[in-house]
Amino acid sequence: MSTRLYKGGRLIDRASTSEFSFNSKRMKAHSGDTLASALLANGQMLMGRSFKYHRPRGVVASGAEEPNALMHTGSDASFEPNQRATTTEVFDGLAVETQNHWPSLEFDIGAVNTKLSRFLPAGFYYKMFIHPRPLWKHVYEPFIRKSAGLGKAPKDKDQDAYEYFYAFVDVLIIGGGLAGLQAAKAAGDSGAKVMLVEQTAHWGGRAPVDEPLSGGMVDGKTLDAHIDALVGALQGMDNVTLRTRTMGAGIYDHGYVTCYERLTDHAPKSGGPRHRLWRIRAKQTVTATGAIERPLSFAGNDTPGVMLASAIRDYAVNYGVSVGDRTVVVTNNDNAYLTAFAMKKAGLDVPAIIDARAMGGGALAQKAREMGIRVETGKGVASVKGGSKVKGVAICDQAGEGAVLEEIACEAVAMSGGWSPVVHLWSHCGGKLVWDDTQAHFRPDTSRAPTSADGAAFVQTAGCASGAMALSATLDDATAAGASAALAAGFDAKNVPVFDVQETEEAPLQEVWMMPQGASYKLRSKAFLDFQNDVKVSDVQLAAQEGFESVEHAKRYTTLGMATDQGKLSNINGLAVLSNALGQPIPQTGTTTFRPPYTPISLGSIAGEASNEVFQPIRRTPLHAWHEAHGAEWEPVGQWRRPYAYTRNDETLHDAVMRETKNTRDALGLLDASTLGKIIVKGPDAGKFLDMLYTNMMSNLKIGKCRYGLMCSENGFLTDDGVVARIDEDTWLCHTTTGGAETVHAHMEEWLQTEWWDWKVYTANVTEQYAQIAVVGPNARRVLEKLGGMDVSAETLGFMDWADGQIGGVDCRVYRISFSGELSYEIAVDAGQGAAFWEALIAAGEEFGAMPYGTEALHILRAEKGFIMIGDETDGTVIPQDLNLHWALSKKKEDYIGKRAHVRSHMADPSRWRLVGLETEDGSVLPDGAYAVAEGDNENGQRNMQGRVTSSYYSPNLGKGIAMGLVHMGPERMGEVIDFPGLDGTIFKAKIVDPIFYDKAGEKPNV
Amino acid sequence: MSNAVSALGGAVCSDGIATITEFGPQGMITLRGDLSSGDVKEALTAAGFPPAEQREIAVEGDLSTCWMSPDEVLLLCAYADVSKAIETLQSNLGHTHALAVNVSDARAIFRVSGRHTRDVIAKLAPVDLGPHAFPVGSFRRTRLAQVAAAFHMRDEDTCEIICFRSVGQYMFDLLKKVSEPGSEVGYF
Repeated sequence: MSTRLYKGGRLIDRASTSEFSFNSKRMKAHSGDTLASALLANGQMLMGRSFKYHRPRGVVASGAEEPNALMHTGSDASFEPNQRATTTEVFDGLAVETQNHWPSLEFDIGAVNTKLSRFLPAGFYYKMFIHPRPLWKHVYEPFIRKSAGLGKAPKDKDQDAYEYFYAFVDVLIIGGGLAGLQAAKAAGDSGAKVMLVEQTAHWGGRAPVDEPLSGGMVDGKTLDAHIDALVGALQGMDNVTLRTRTMGAGIYDHGYVTCYERLTDHAPKSGGPRHRLWRIRAKQTVTATGAIERPLSFAGNDTPGVMLASAIRDYAVNYGVSVGDRTVVVTNNDNAYLTAFAMKKAGLDVPAIIDARAMGGGALAQKAREMGIRVETGKGVASVKGGSKVKGVAICDQAGEGAVLEEIACEAVAMSGGWSPVVHLWSHCGGKLVWDDTQAHFRPDTSRAPTSADGAAFVQTAGCASGAMALSATLDDATAAGASAALAAGFDAKNVPVFDVQETEEAPLQEVWMMPQGASYKLRSKAFLDFQNDVKVSDVQLAAQEGFESVEHAKRYTTLGMATDQGKLSNINGLAVLSNALGQPIPQTGTTTFRPPYTPISLGSIAGEASNEVFQPIRRTPLHAWHEAHGAEWEPVGQWRRPYAYTRNDETLHDAVMRETKNTRDALGLLDASTLGKIIVKGPDAGKFLDMLYTNMMSNLKIGKCRYGLMCSENGFLTDDGVVARIDEDTWLCHTTTGGAETVHAHMEEWLQTEWWDWKVYTANVTEQYAQIAVVGPNARRVLEKLGGMDVSAETLGFMDWADGQIGGVDCRVYRISFSGELSYEIAVDAGQGAAFWEALIAAGEEFGAMPYGTEALHILRAEKGFIMIGDETDGTVIPQDLNLHWALSKKKEDYIGKRAHVRSHMADPSRWRLVGLETEDGSVLPDGAYAVAEGDNENGQRNMQGRVTSSYYSPNLGKGIAMGLVHMGPERMGEVIDFPGLDGTIFKAKIVDPIFYDKAGEKPNV
Repeated sequence: MSNAVSALGGAVCSDGIATITEFGPQGMITLRGDLSSGDVKEALTAAGFPPAEQREIAVEGDLSTCWMSPDEVLLLCAYADVSKAIETLQSNLGHTHALAVNVSDARAIFRVSGRHTRDVIAKLAPVDLGPHAFPVGSFRRTRLAQVAAAFHMRDEDTCEIICFRSVGQYMFDLLKKVSEPGSEVGYF
């Protein structure tokens, strides 16, 4: 059983004790403990169940690569699944639960799968659930969904805050181990602006754990002392920024790097944001991301108690935790011998070191023997004894097939298959790898670095991440990387330090991808490659046998490397097994693609500050507060919020719409039209420019007059409409739709800046300068006359005129235009006067029956008049001719945007769907968007269609449903009745009619 | 009739690591014209607006010139003086092709102040806010989170932000949110 040692632990403070709960069991920890170290200290080896077979699993690593010890942390609004125990810092009150088991961690029904593992090989799901097809959706998928996945999804809204931070640096260094610190020093000394990030809470990485065990020293100092001095020096440099608990997550084009800072995960009560996503532009990035130790593939290597050799010594040295009294070391390299030394130093027993190399190790092996440790060479582990915890190992010849020579009792197995540089960040943006035969790993190919826009490398690696594994090599490589990054960023790197390094040379490792190398099927099917996804050696071999030769295909077929750890432990072993099965060298198989983020980052950090009230910007008109206080039901229109209708007392929304629509026709309606786009177009060539943008003529508009205009795209499709007013000799004001203001402005600027750059035209979007209020209805003139000011009589201000003046003492511009078919004035006042002016209108209008109306009443009023609405009658495929707007297409003009497209054969085809009115026979309302069916079926066996409803409303003024629609040859088919099937199977019969339902003569606005 | 009101009526928040104040109304004029032309330069200078270099703001008393693009400047003056300033500009420009429009009411202005100001802005804008990269006098037309904005440092501890009026409330909420107590970065 694991336990806390009586002394030791360089990262913990034994004087400070905190309490946390594990599956509701209370446990104690010291400050500085990770959840994994604390659990081990409390004797808790079993930390989870595996994904597929529900096998009992313990922690295997001590860092970010951990595949097994995933926990649920927090609860309700702080609940988070799949948190790695190795990277979760314990705090007082931490509550965690294990995942993927039922009913309990110790007794899990799902573990029956492990007995069925013979029947659950690679590709099982693909093979099993493909037939019969209908069962997938209703039986298999719901079942698999329930049983799949490790953690549970959170149900409550996240309580925490997140944010971004934009930073710009010359040199960004990722990884605060010895190499990162040294690279930062070298780069910082040049005067470059340097940022150094470290994913854990501590500087120094693993050198302070390992080097003292092998006698490594720098300039006569221990590594701890050397690192303290280095950190101290960096802290004293103004041009260097240091951040711990900050992980380099992804490297992207143009030197863009995301770093993930975990601010309060270890202290959730401290306030402030939980995570901060750094969005950094770095001229150069140095990845000093270290290396990850590889497991060995022997039967039972997933038994709790079998761990990476480095992890076992980390727990002892860093946290004062013993995994077991007796640790057997299994290795193919010298480095793992350090674990044996660490165990001895902690007063624990090492029954044997099983070295797969026939020739054995070098100086470290010699030292082990001198210490009296039994070292077996050319041997391997045939299998691990014990189910839910290690009881011993069966030893065999590595060269053989697994015949057991001897069983050694132990509680822990420290395995090491060599080290793989962390090349993830190097690879994110296209850095290539090279296979290093001597060290049996992929390392960055410096001749094929990720390149920036200028073709120059913008990422370098330092230390073990480069494959420079020895202490002196790491220091030299890191110094060179830091200096060269600074140089590439435009700084003179000087003071290249030379260190006096004391180190023990390690003998070369021997590639071991299977243990023993001739392992039987029985052994191979219990030798795990991917712990998190339960992929075994036999699965990858099966995939190869079934033809999945590409590493990317084999990955997806077997799910190797597809879990939350993205194969940090399994990738290299897996592709080595695949290569062997295919009989090809490893570099030929290659690696799968490394994609950001390096380890999972919170969705909250990706969203940044964009949650709750600032989830997205909401645009508010100057009258927004009034609407809100007067019962407005909001309708989102782009980012604007417009009142849909204003409900009064117990009124339903529908009743409010009916009331507003009727009142506007009968008395007086007030509409907040501020959101409509207003763009000033000025210059000697403005008239010519507008003639090109609009389909009709704008250059001949008289000053003081307004004209309705249409805009088309180059392909002739109708994109926007609105009223244009001529302000003076060379100035026009263009109204656009609410959603069109920015796009129309951009459209104008694009043509001016790219095509007609020599035309003298300037534009300005002044939409928000004005509050614009439509005063609509038979009493419109009366209320304006009551407020007093400028002359708004029919004689002075005729239909489609505009004038500047004052009303009620407020400077304004009045447009006599109408989108409702009523007497109507649109009055623009400065936005800062908008609310006051609106309230004055409401007060003055009381005696005339003034009521505000919303967008739905606006829609009904315009539909009663057969006026089209961009976005209802148009959808990007509709041309003006479809809407019978031929009158707005100038024949005089030589050209306008869209003109040429209109003569294309399909555009000019007389049999297009065209706009008509639609009326049901019983006065009911047609379903909006419904399609009219025609005779026969199309080639896909679907009913033929002959039209669709584009707008449909109940008209309170007409007392019946009215609709507009696009119907095949519609205007030629007046009076015909066509069928519109509803969603519930009922058929709506509608007659094709004139789309102008109300005041066909257009007399009402002309008073 | 009532006086003009700014977007948020002068809202203030000083609960967090920086003080946020909605400010205004402020007179603002968008002037579009060829800034390299002598006529445009002279028209501006004659109206009292100091010349501004690329990505900079030039201040002279009540009058400021903010560089927006090679053919656009934003001119700041007292709210009450806008009409007069536009008249002066137009008469100075004569027949020179240019456009001057009042945009005072189309905008909202905020000031963020305190020693964490640069950190607060750097949470929202993809701009290098280092004191050397963005000294007092620099001006950026960029975005803050999801909306367009322009800003400059009035002094070492105060940033002035200009955005559209309709998103004034969003801007205020945004600045408030990223300056919550405990959110210090300590980067600048």
